[in-house]
Amino acid sequence: MREPSLGQALYDWVSTWGELVVETLTTLGDMAVFAWHTLLWMFTTKPCKGTVMSNFYYVGVLSLPVVALTGTFIGMVLAVQSYEQFKAIGLESKLGAMINMGLVRELGPVLAATMLSGRVGSAMAAVLGTMRVTEQIDALISMGANPIHYLVVPRFLACLLLIPALTIMADFMGIVGGYFFSTVVLDIDHYQYLNNSRSFVRGWDFFMGIFKSFFFGAIIAIVSCYRGFHCQPGAEGVGRAATTAFVYSFVLILAVDLMLNIFLDATHSAIWEKSAKLI
Amino acid sequence: MSTAFADSKTRSSNWSAGSGALVDLREMSLRFAKQTVLNEINLSIPRGQTVAIIGESGCGKTMLLKTIAGLIQPTSGQMLYDGVDTQSLNDRDMTRLRQKFGFVFQNAALFDSMTIGQNVAFPLVQHSLASEHEVERIVLDRLAEVGLPESVIPKRPSQLSGGMRKRVGIARALVLEPELMLYDEPTTGLDPIMSDVINELMLSTGKNKGVTSIIVTHDMKSAKKVADRVVMLYPYSRLNRGENQILFDGTPDQLDVVKDKRVRQFVEGEAGERLMEMRRGPIGGFSETPMLADTVAAKHHEERKK
Repeated sequence: MREPSLGQALYDWVSTWGELVVETLTTLGDMAVFAWHTLLWMFTTKPCKGTVMSNFYYVGVLSLPVVALTGTFIGMVLAVQSYEQFKAIGLESKLGAMINMGLVRELGPVLAATMLSGRVGSAMAAVLGTMRVTEQIDALISMGANPIHYLVVPRFLACLLLIPALTIMADFMGIVGGYFFSTVVLDIDHYQYLNNSRSFVRGWDFFMGIFKSFFFGAIIAIVSCYRGFHCQPGAEGVGRAATTAFVYSFVLILAVDLMLNIFLDATHSAIWEKSAKLI
Repeated sequence: MSTAFADSKTRSSNWSAGSGALVDLREMSLRFAKQTVLNEINLSIPRGQTVAIIGESGCGKTMLLKTIAGLIQPTSGQMLYDGVDTQSLNDRDMTRLRQKFGFVFQNAALFDSMTIGQNVAFPLVQHSLASEHEVERIVLDRLAEVGLPESVIPKRPSQLSGGMRKRVGIARALVLEPELMLYDEPTTGLDPIMSDVINELMLSTGKNKGVTSIIVTHDMKSAKKVADRVVMLYPYSRLNRGENQILFDGTPDQLDVVKDKRVRQFVEGEAGERLMEMRRGPIGGFSETPMLADTVAAKHHEERKK
């Protein structure tokens, strides 16, 4: 077989990457339109009877135990990981500040979002994907129901409104786990642990975590429902929809997390530093 | 009816001459990327008629049905419902129009998360068309019409047999008393007795309620029993240049005397030259499995001899 020429190889390379870029941009554009339709339906028409509470229960109540458990472990893991380094420089009493700051600003919201994306997002994509494959979504349309209004809006509302509660739970259990491990197992003084935590962690840090979680909830609902609606036929298609829903959500959550961190830090500096100067 | 033998260019235009038709497809085409599924289809269906659309798998029958229901937008051409171009309607008007359609899906497409009662009641609840008490009564009536007992109401679709699910699908489609019933392969996958039950249901729906019905089917027995008119579609990719995609449009009786070899092959269920294509390979895509093609051919030959 003849080796392809340099020109041919370059052409293939450009066309492969070009195709990938076009496909990605098309998907992002489609997703944006999907999100826009969801918002339009959400603000213009009341959600369908009986669809909201079941989704709230599934997303909020059933996710609580897993989020609480993972939050607790993360708090304890942070204590274990940081203890040696902090002890080496004689700052073990400041461990609480580091654990709690990390939890409320970053790990709590991201962890709650990851758990929600894995537990709820994949399931949403699989359920909606199966509905697409078995023509249940077509059946909805044929009976005069709008599938975005009937299927997506309740899920979107559930993720958007309940993820802050789950984030608070992850924060709280992480703080409890870290405190328990540091004071009972690592034998750090209770008073110093709590006192240092209180002086370092501010209301703004809590606000940052909760504020970011709204965006994460919206991303999980939109990406998962979109993947479900655009599911390929067959069992493999449904499986792929569930997997890609988690992967896409997770990547987007991290990217948005970075941007929000930059934005919120800049906002914080602009507001507080200005006020400090005025004082 | 002379339409069955009409020139392919004018075929399908004589049934109701467009005006007064409940469903009127004009030069309607449907394409996905480079693939043409439906090409310039002209089809007029008068009110009260039962039309069976037949044709081999992949010829576009289901796509045609979904386009009529507004689930798929045609690439070009028009779909008129009672004289109104459905493409000119906004979402809200289209939703209102869909309340006049009843769609029975191939696998019933019942909602897994709901009980049978909730499935049948869904259109009524969705459009708030009846009080709770009335909804209960209507659901019971519709289920009784399709021969299902009250005891199925609390069950889930997964707890019913295929035939029962199909009947629930018909009950759900009938709940809003539609003007137009669209059936997508209603007897596929059912035993002969259950198939006949479904045929009788379609007949009674058409005759007793005066509902216009479009039935997509492979089942010739069903088509001949239920339909007033049979339309045969042929895959666009297999047509000769300039040929109409509707190969046959006539009464079920005319199917028995039709001269077109392709229509006869389909009606009689003969593979014909398809076996040769399978052997040849490139067109059918079976070149790597000549044994399979040979086995099928040999079996077919034996059966023919018997």
